[in-house]
Amino acid sequence: MPETTVPATQPLIHARALTKCFGSFTAVNGIDFDVAPGEAFGFLGPNGAGKTSTMRMIGTVSPVTSGELTVFGLDPAQHGARIRARLGVVPQADTLDSELSVLENLLIFGRYFDLSWAESRRRATELLEFVQLTERAGDKVEPLSGGMKRRLVIARSLINEPSLLLLDEPTTGLDPQARHLVWDRLYRLKQRGVTLCLTTHYMDEAEQLCDRLVVMDQARIVAEGSPRQLIDKYVTREVLELRFRRNDDETDDSAHLDGRLEGLAERIEQLPDRVLVYTADGEAAAATAYERGLRPASVLVRRSSLEDVFLRLTGRSLVD
Amino acid sequence: MTVIGLRLARPGAIASRRSLRVLEHDLLVFRRGWYSYVLSGMSQPFLYLVAMGIGLGLYVNRNGSLPGGVPYLDYIAPALLVTQAMMAAAFESAWPIMGKIHWDKTYHAALNTPLGALDLLAGDLMWVAFRATLLSVLFLAVIVVLGAAASPLVVFAVPIAVLTALAFAAPIMAFTATQTGDGGFNALFRFGITPLFLFSGTFFPIEKLPLWLQPLAWITPLYHGVAAARSLSIGQVDPVGLSIHVAALAAVALVGLWAARITFRRRLVV
Repeated sequence: MPETTVPATQPLIHARALTKCFGSFTAVNGIDFDVAPGEAFGFLGPNGAGKTSTMRMIGTVSPVTSGELTVFGLDPAQHGARIRARLGVVPQADTLDSELSVLENLLIFGRYFDLSWAESRRRATELLEFVQLTERAGDKVEPLSGGMKRRLVIARSLINEPSLLLLDEPTTGLDPQARHLVWDRLYRLKQRGVTLCLTTHYMDEAEQLCDRLVVMDQARIVAEGSPRQLIDKYVTREVLELRFRRNDDETDDSAHLDGRLEGLAERIEQLPDRVLVYTADGEAAAATAYERGLRPASVLVRRSSLEDVFLRLTGRSLVD
Repeated sequence: MTVIGLRLARPGAIASRRSLRVLEHDLLVFRRGWYSYVLSGMSQPFLYLVAMGIGLGLYVNRNGSLPGGVPYLDYIAPALLVTQAMMAAAFESAWPIMGKIHWDKTYHAALNTPLGALDLLAGDLMWVAFRATLLSVLFLAVIVVLGAAASPLVVFAVPIAVLTALAFAAPIMAFTATQTGDGGFNALFRFGITPLFLFSGTFFPIEKLPLWLQPLAWITPLYHGVAAARSLSIGQVDPVGLSIHVAALAAVALVGLWAARITFRRRLVV
């Protein structure tokens, strides 16, 4: 197959005013972004922000309603099959074939990509090794744990040796150990030069994996940058979290702050269960609060995260 | 292979040669349980033919009331061959396709590869044709062993059965792609497939039906499949009649395919 080679300067994915509507509902509302070769790019946002619709358009399985989109410099409407031949996709749902064994799930995917049976088997064996499922090769898919299924889907997405891997919430629903294993494998792929494009509503995942990300909310992109840049731009270095005792009348002491935190921090965010104080020096702010007579039930000083960025931008938390 | 590939890849063809990969998937699943397909493919016809053809036939033959004095076994054997293909096709186009579209969503996984929605449709129709062929050949073997066919033309009952299978599979797949649960299938089988099985000239000539019901039999594909296969099997072939039957089956299959192309695209490309 003749390949269009993308010059190093040209983005792998290029979107301008990209829009997706389902009837009168607008799932993606005129977003702009570019993903460069070798980059790990993330879409961070809550459920319903338009992340999955965007990924499906990039994957050429969902037609673009309006705007501009190219993948590998090709138009998805014209060259869907050619684009998909070079893509790996890890969808949100596992979509594994319960009628086939673990190995067969990979083999048939190799055939879908026009590999010979021999080549498909060679790659499948290698990939099972890569995701640590070699011992389960002959087993049915159903008894596998959630983490194993996820790893198998990742292996399946790699059978065509893609240069761009699309991952839609790769670790949602996995326990911490399984998540770290998946992250480790994705990190290795990145080291090998595979471009990653992923969605997540976990800020730690975005921080771990993404060189650059966009924050999506209500079908739009509300911010863009590296995790560090976003934190520097929208929040302070540290956050002081104060929790107050709940009183019998269902109000808590935070209702009686009486401005005693004023001037203490750049910004104060009052959540239902706690008060966030954004400041360069959390310890100092805690000490000042104490001097001013505040007696919170618990005090926590932490580094600020993308969660705080999201809260700042939208006024809501990421995971509700 | 290449010739077929080129022909199928032409614009306007129903799908690209990629649909063969979908057939390969189905054969991979088949490989795991082929013996159960073969076993039921042999035992069902044997049981039916012995119980009805030979057992019930004793009484039917005594009156000698069938057209042309055909023995009852010879009368129902080709009809059951076609019916079995229809049943398998109807089943394969309902629940398993629903699973791939809706429950397991394996179609959605396949759509992330170079395969397209129409490749999936064409590939799974080929699988139905394969399964119908296998069942019909096994049934044919039982017919031959029991001496239930008067003419060697009975071998052509196999392609008739496969065509009948496709005439059911295509429209049912079109229907399946519009469903979000299997509730509709129960109605389809209860009010569609089962009455057809009983009243399409399978067990008795449709001329015995009330007059107002006969035109209904005429427009059902199973009637045409049964009539065509029977004429070949008993060796009383009317070329014009046979052509009409084949044309009717092909027409239903093509209309079904046209509908399925629309509903598959509408369901899978959103």
